[in-house]
Amino acid sequence: MSADIILETEGLTKEFAGFAAVGGVDLRVARGSIHALIGPNGAGKTTCFNLLTKFLSPTRGRIVFKGQDITAMQPADVARLGLVRSFQISAVFPHMTVLENVRIALQRLRGNSMDFWRSRSVLDQYNNKAMELIADVGLSDFSNWTAVELPYGRKRALEIATTLALDPEMLLLDEPTAGMGHEDIARIAQLIKRVAANRTVLMVEHNLSVVADLSDTITVLTRGRVLAEGDYATVSNNPDVREAYMGVGHA
Amino acid sequence: MVHAAPPSQAAAVKPPSFLRANAEAIAFVVMAAGLIVAPFFTYPLFLMQAMCFALFACAFNLLIGYVGLLSFGHALYFGWASYLAAHAAKVWGLTPELAILTGTATAAILGLVAGSLAIRRQGIYFAMITLALAQMMFFFALQMKFTGGEDGIQAVPRGYLFGLIDLKNEAAMYIVVLFIFLGGFLLIYRIIHSPFGEVLKAIRENEPRAISLGYKTDRYKLIAFVLSATIAGCAGATKAIVLQLASLTDVNWPMSGEVVLMSLVGGLGTIFGPVVGSFVILLMQYKLSVVGEWVLVIQGIIFVSCVLLFRRGIVGEIAARFKG
Repeated sequence: MSADIILETEGLTKEFAGFAAVGGVDLRVARGSIHALIGPNGAGKTTCFNLLTKFLSPTRGRIVFKGQDITAMQPADVARLGLVRSFQISAVFPHMTVLENVRIALQRLRGNSMDFWRSRSVLDQYNNKAMELIADVGLSDFSNWTAVELPYGRKRALEIATTLALDPEMLLLDEPTAGMGHEDIARIAQLIKRVAANRTVLMVEHNLSVVADLSDTITVLTRGRVLAEGDYATVSNNPDVREAYMGVGHA
Repeated sequence: MVHAAPPSQAAAVKPPSFLRANAEAIAFVVMAAGLIVAPFFTYPLFLMQAMCFALFACAFNLLIGYVGLLSFGHALYFGWASYLAAHAAKVWGLTPELAILTGTATAAILGLVAGSLAIRRQGIYFAMITLALAQMMFFFALQMKFTGGEDGIQAVPRGYLFGLIDLKNEAAMYIVVLFIFLGGFLLIYRIIHSPFGEVLKAIRENEPRAISLGYKTDRYKLIAFVLSATIAGCAGATKAIVLQLASLTDVNWPMSGEVVLMSLVGGLGTIFGPVVGSFVILLMQYKLSVVGEWVLVIQGIIFVSCVLLFRRGIVGEIAARFKG
């Protein structure tokens, strides 16, 4: 395995009662790239994500992250290695403020999360760092809002800020622009481009203009298998892809 | 585009919690003052018993209200701690503070064992495992020699605190119980408002997300479980010394149910709710003792109406009105 591959799967398979949601996927994500996973509904993209972050256990196959076999690891340990995911449904802590949401991630890193005998005010030391991250995603004016009150696009931004607080080497974004309006999409795409400057991003995304704009490599999945792989030009000119995916999308 | 927020902006984040923090402090002072003057107006023994139950309910509420775990077997820790405390004081001849510590430590160990098994499951399965383990330990209490079976452990000596202060003196005993209750209450308050409590809140709000941020959530749940069992045990051990009795009542499942009722009536997930709830329930049992078994029917009606109409409980409803 070459050194510039950060994440690699071999024959990754997940069967639900005999039905292969993901069937023998070999994925190689280059360090520092933005890699998109696309495909029609039910192609196995989210299952793939759940397998990579260990929220599901694969039926067969191997997952190697930074040269380390993570196939049998616990999800929290995978996150600690620097492979951190977002969720399709916005994953915030709804009844905590924006600031508290980001601080939760920071306090895990700085490690006083087990201290049940100390006052919560020790967490104030993270406020400045948290506010920087919040400013980065354009939420400065919302820092004392309760997360549940935020509009959808802002929630996604908050989720990204929380994820970035961990400063992960690799980000897995599950449909980062799903359900967003035009303005929000542009802002999130900008944000992804910026955060990808010094880390690897693997994302599932339906919005093809976002994919075309951001991705270095695109893997097309259908029915749990890899149909094609390459940059946008290669993939979009592949006749199989046109038939299976683009044909539907661009008809 | 990376611009650091000016420090003033970070400082401006805090204000909304300021009023609420003060409201809690005021309520605490009122509660403490009330408990200091109360023995001049009503039976100290009743108040001491009520404080033990209040601490028990607070410990239970730490788990259901702040982690979202419904334990249906908290009598296990309350009851077994009271057995061990009674045994330590009566048979081993330990001083009351050491007897209470013995009971509390017993509850901590039982909590660690039961908790490690129970937190592997969620929701109804978690509740059923806690109930099953508690019932198993109830039968041990029924069968074992040292517990005295149906008789329990009676005539437990209150002894001399630190070998010095005679706790047969009602005022001295009262002050000890008041200290234990207020200390336990403040400990729970601190746990909830600690960095650890912040993670518990995150786990309750969105566990998969907490895991994806690298938190080993089972470990946090287990610590919370052990803390809850330990404090429940402290309450049970204290009760055994106060009433000079440890019996099957304290370890049986209706006790587990009663603590649910107390927390629910007062308000789950509110810090003062379980205190109010346990005083209300005990007062009711006490005042209505003339009607005999009917007290259970009345409790049942209260339980149902709480669940249907006032799900936030007494303190929860007041807090909601205060905020609105």
